[in-house]
Amino acid sequence: MRPWVEMQGEIFYREDGNLFYWEPYIRNTNALYPLFKQVGCMPQFFRSYANTGMRIGMLGVFAGPVVLGFALMGFNRSPYITQVGLPKGQPVQFSHEHHAGALGIDCRFCHTSVETSSYANIPPMKTCMTCHSQIWVNSVMLAPVRESYASRVPLQWNRVHDLPDFAYFNHSIHVNKGFGCSTCHGRVDKMPLVYREQPLFMSWCLNCHRNPEKYVRPESQIFTMGWRPPANQATLGPQLVKQNQIRKLDDCYVCHR
Amino acid sequence: MSVTDSAPQPEPDTDLETLRARLAATQGPAFWRGLEDLAQTPAFQEAARREFPRLGSVLAEAKQIGAGKTKAQEVSRRAFLTVMGASLALAGLSGCATQQPQEKIVPYIDPPNDSEPGKPLFYATALNLGGCGLGILVTSREGRPIKIEGNPTHPSSLGATDAIAQASLLSLYDPDRSQAVIHRGVPSTWDDFLNAATAQMQAEQATGGAGLRFLSGGILSPTLAEQRQALLAQYPNARWCSYEPIGRENMQAGAQMAFGADVNTVYHFEKADVIVALDGDFLLTLPGHVRYAADFGRRRSVRKAKVDLNRLYVAESSPTITGAMAEHRLAVRPGEIEEIARALMTTLRNGGVSGSFSATSATQSWIATLAGDLQAHRGRSVVVVGETQPPIVHALAHSLNGMLGNVGQTVTYTPPLEAVVEGQAQSLPQLVADMQSGQAQTLVMLDCNPVYASPADLNFAASLPKVAFTVHLSEYEDETANLTQWHLPQSHFLEAWGDTRAHDGTITLQQPLIAPLYATHTPYELLSILAGKLDRSNHDILRDRWKQVYQATGASVDDFDLFWRTILNDGVVANTALPVFPATLLPAFAGSPPEAARAQTSQPSDPQALDLVFTPDPTIWDGRFANNGWLQELPKPLTKLTWDNAACISPRTAQDRGFTDGEVVILRYRGRRVEAPILILPGQPEGVVSISLGYGRTRGGNVGVGAGFNAYALRTSDAPWFGTGLRLEKTDKRVSLAITHSHHTMEGRDIVRAATITTFQHNPGFVHDHQNDPERPESLYPEYHYPEYAWALSIDLTKCIGCNACVTACQSENNIAVVGKEEVLRGREMHWIRIDRYYEGKNMDKPNGTYFMPVACMMCEHAPCELVCPPGATLHNRDGLNQMVYNRCIGTRYCSNNCPYKVRRFNFFQYADLSPLKQLMRNPEVTVRSRGVMEKCSYCVQRIENAKITADKEKRLVHDGEITTACAQACPTNAIVFGNLADKNSLVSQLKREPHDYSLLSELNTRPRTTYLGKVSNPVENSGA
Repeated sequence: MRPWVEMQGEIFYREDGNLFYWEPYIRNTNALYPLFKQVGCMPQFFRSYANTGMRIGMLGVFAGPVVLGFALMGFNRSPYITQVGLPKGQPVQFSHEHHAGALGIDCRFCHTSVETSSYANIPPMKTCMTCHSQIWVNSVMLAPVRESYASRVPLQWNRVHDLPDFAYFNHSIHVNKGFGCSTCHGRVDKMPLVYREQPLFMSWCLNCHRNPEKYVRPESQIFTMGWRPPANQATLGPQLVKQNQIRKLDDCYVCHR
Repeated sequence: MSVTDSAPQPEPDTDLETLRARLAATQGPAFWRGLEDLAQTPAFQEAARREFPRLGSVLAEAKQIGAGKTKAQEVSRRAFLTVMGASLALAGLSGCATQQPQEKIVPYIDPPNDSEPGKPLFYATALNLGGCGLGILVTSREGRPIKIEGNPTHPSSLGATDAIAQASLLSLYDPDRSQAVIHRGVPSTWDDFLNAATAQMQAEQATGGAGLRFLSGGILSPTLAEQRQALLAQYPNARWCSYEPIGRENMQAGAQMAFGADVNTVYHFEKADVIVALDGDFLLTLPGHVRYAADFGRRRSVRKAKVDLNRLYVAESSPTITGAMAEHRLAVRPGEIEEIARALMTTLRNGGVSGSFSATSATQSWIATLAGDLQAHRGRSVVVVGETQPPIVHALAHSLNGMLGNVGQTVTYTPPLEAVVEGQAQSLPQLVADMQSGQAQTLVMLDCNPVYASPADLNFAASLPKVAFTVHLSEYEDETANLTQWHLPQSHFLEAWGDTRAHDGTITLQQPLIAPLYATHTPYELLSILAGKLDRSNHDILRDRWKQVYQATGASVDDFDLFWRTILNDGVVANTALPVFPATLLPAFAGSPPEAARAQTSQPSDPQALDLVFTPDPTIWDGRFANNGWLQELPKPLTKLTWDNAACISPRTAQDRGFTDGEVVILRYRGRRVEAPILILPGQPEGVVSISLGYGRTRGGNVGVGAGFNAYALRTSDAPWFGTGLRLEKTDKRVSLAITHSHHTMEGRDIVRAATITTFQHNPGFVHDHQNDPERPESLYPEYHYPEYAWALSIDLTKCIGCNACVTACQSENNIAVVGKEEVLRGREMHWIRIDRYYEGKNMDKPNGTYFMPVACMMCEHAPCELVCPPGATLHNRDGLNQMVYNRCIGTRYCSNNCPYKVRRFNFFQYADLSPLKQLMRNPEVTVRSRGVMEKCSYCVQRIENAKITADKEKRLVHDGEITTACAQACPTNAIVFGNLADKNSLVSQLKREPHDYSLLSELNTRPRTTYLGKVSNPVENSGA
């Protein structure tokens, strides 16, 4: 920056070259006069740190959308959106931990059509009453179940695993080909209230559809909770893939119609 | 088309004489799609160039339409920009992450016995259509009927359906259906009706029902017939009248004339080598037409190994699909048919001399050829006459069939199917007379709409208020409901128990697929109420009746339950086909030529007068399906007209009188008049105007009201089907007819390939004799390899009758939306499969042939659409299917622009109806598409994937014939065959090895998976006919 005098010469020397004539004019009209007087020269509008600010700003303009995009993506993958790990309230606090875990009831006792149909089936109220007309008949917790069965108005459960409507999932083929419940549904036997263990993204589906050998189980283990790939999965997996005639299905029409 | 490119006139001209000359000047066989195609008018060229009209032109058009409408409906530039701006701004939001909406799962209380969630169930039932019952299998998903297929064990169906049967599903979920009892225009209840009816019937009881009258259509149901008998026994003085707008009065009277008794004629086309149809549209309107089409198609088989072709002669007064299939078609005035039948008889008797008959040389040579052919095929020919012809022609046909030894071979007689037989033709005039005189005190109308559909001269509507107590049971609150005291809502056949008869008399039980959606009841229940039994349910009435029938056979009551379940399961009651009726010709028709009076001369005295012919509508029948959007939007087989009917005239008549397409004329006929738009139809006989019944509804649902004009307004009881003396008067009005034959055009490239049987035998590969057909050209794209599945379709043009069953079946299976007339006018109909109709020949008045070609997605190996989709929403899959992924589609429409076959459809608006009622009907296996998404035929991939899952679970491949597409399943003639090309033994692989297999536009090297078998016909060579 040039000193004040120079600037004076450049700008204000036009009349007679005398600063004396100039000063009152400034004093009267310019609010910055006290500042000028103090430093003796006109201050910089942008201080040196403005450069840094500018650089950050420029970066923000270009990187901002990217960051925002990542943030949205992260948000989209956060449990708030995917509901992973968030137990869902239900009209009756039905505990899979108790029934499937502690009592050891087989999945198929209630989810009857999992081996034959696309839907695994949510049990009819009659299934609940099979046992609960005999045990815990006066339980307060089970009052809505009894009421529902008596009044013929079914309970409305909140759906936990909900694929988009344009994805057509079939339980039976997965179970028949050697893919166990817990691979997608997690340790249901440890969930007092069921929550999603997996985000149900398409990329997550495709991960298995493209590498079925990593997840395929022997037939005896399909309904076993807590099954983990054994040490020899690397050899067992491909064997099972061959034996069960598993295709690597990643065509759109397999799931989208 | 190339034909017209070489025409001498450089400028397009719509003048019919110019077109005529242009067509005559063509070289080689000329296939043309319509008169617009020939004319190459700027409008047609524009439509051909742009599959979808430009937005600007649509907006301008919308502005014109909007001129007569409110401001809100008008699309201005400003409004357009506002909406677009908002759409763009909001488009970003839709990408923002949102939580999934919480869905509920509602379990059963007690699980139903035989259903498993997620798996369809199939129930056998039947619908009544065109004079007989059609056995169907209905797919039910979680208690909702979603699809109708034919019942393979039912004699009238053999697994196939027609368009109306397919579309009857939509009527179940029609929100315009009658939903409540209406008493004098005010909603009431069934209880109120019961009280009123009981009191009225008690009053009638005193006189033995002297004032009691019933009016119904033909009664096919044995149970209803018994109820009727019981009721008439209870009220001996009551009368039961029967009226069907498209009934069988002429058939009945013809049988009376020939045999002295009414008979039901059953044809066996599979045994017939030569078929003669005299106004007899046995492929679309004759009772039993689905079965007849199947039998006919079986004898239209052209294979290298074996050729089995019948020969069809048709003389008709308005073009039908039967005429389109004919080798020798004669377009004549309706009154001439009788003369032709007589001349044919004389020629056959006298051995080649056609007596005193003075006809045109074309007609004479047609008769001569036919007579020779019939002589050569005694016992293997058949003469069919349609209901539109007067009784004498039916009697002559019976006589001809008897003379040719066809009876017992290709023709059998049974007692009539319908219970009400006595004097059908006279019963309605008698009823109206009783109403006028006040003799009729109580009138009960069952499932009919006489105010709309009865002959105009009877003036039913004016007589109706003179009856003291009127009851009307109907599915719709229609024209009759408006004038009756008690309108009662009737159940749809998918909600009701019942029984009906097939064309050969076989009985089928109807069972409900769903509880009635509204407070509706059936004719069975109404008759039970009137008989004083108020508490009997529809189910009890049927079951009790059948229990009695079962006990009457001497069987133990304990086994009845099994019997009941068996007949419900099978969809047919075994061995109930009516026995053969020993019909013997009366002397007048047996020995000497019939001495009946000659028909009036076919030449009208007034040279300006035209003949008027009424035809059943090929989509909405007699008007009872007017509120069915699927049928309204279904292009009629020959005219390709949607949402309207029109006065069809021949190009020559139009030229002589200076009429053009869409011009509104006044039809003056016997002192009555209606206004109707003109439609110029090649193949229409000269001087004959055909109008179809069923349109011009004034009440009965939002879909049907306002479409077309009412042909019943000209119909009189003395000449229900045709008459002369029609005059046309010009008006200055025009209407736009939503005709689809210029949509999705492939611009006249060599599409249809046809030959005669002689050509085929000399040169089986005739379809490839074409300059544009290269040997399989090289391609830059890699070859695909299909080890397991390569799905493919083969369409046999020799077998395709153009009946539209496939179009509606596809619409039902794949949740295809209805778009409405305005959108059809813009070429935006959504059908995944369309049937193109072509004419061939150099005479536009009398085309040599009419050809039908179903076109859906070709599933190209080298699909042009796949390459241009920016987001990759359309891709090739491992089975060789061209996938369309809706959730990826962003609506660029590039794929459609690049598709040479014009089979892709775009959702310009939210066409799919998302109302809760319509949601019940949707196929849950198929995504309902939203606005802005491209869609197309998927080869019914939902069926393929489900079959593959079933097969995979059993560790095998899908068998040949295990699955088929909806179009192939509905097809009565098996013209469409679906299967796996990777399986060399599959039927479709065999068909593709036939020498006359060809692919559409093969010069483009798209290598379609859908290929066609060229059309082969079987004319008498050098016949001149």
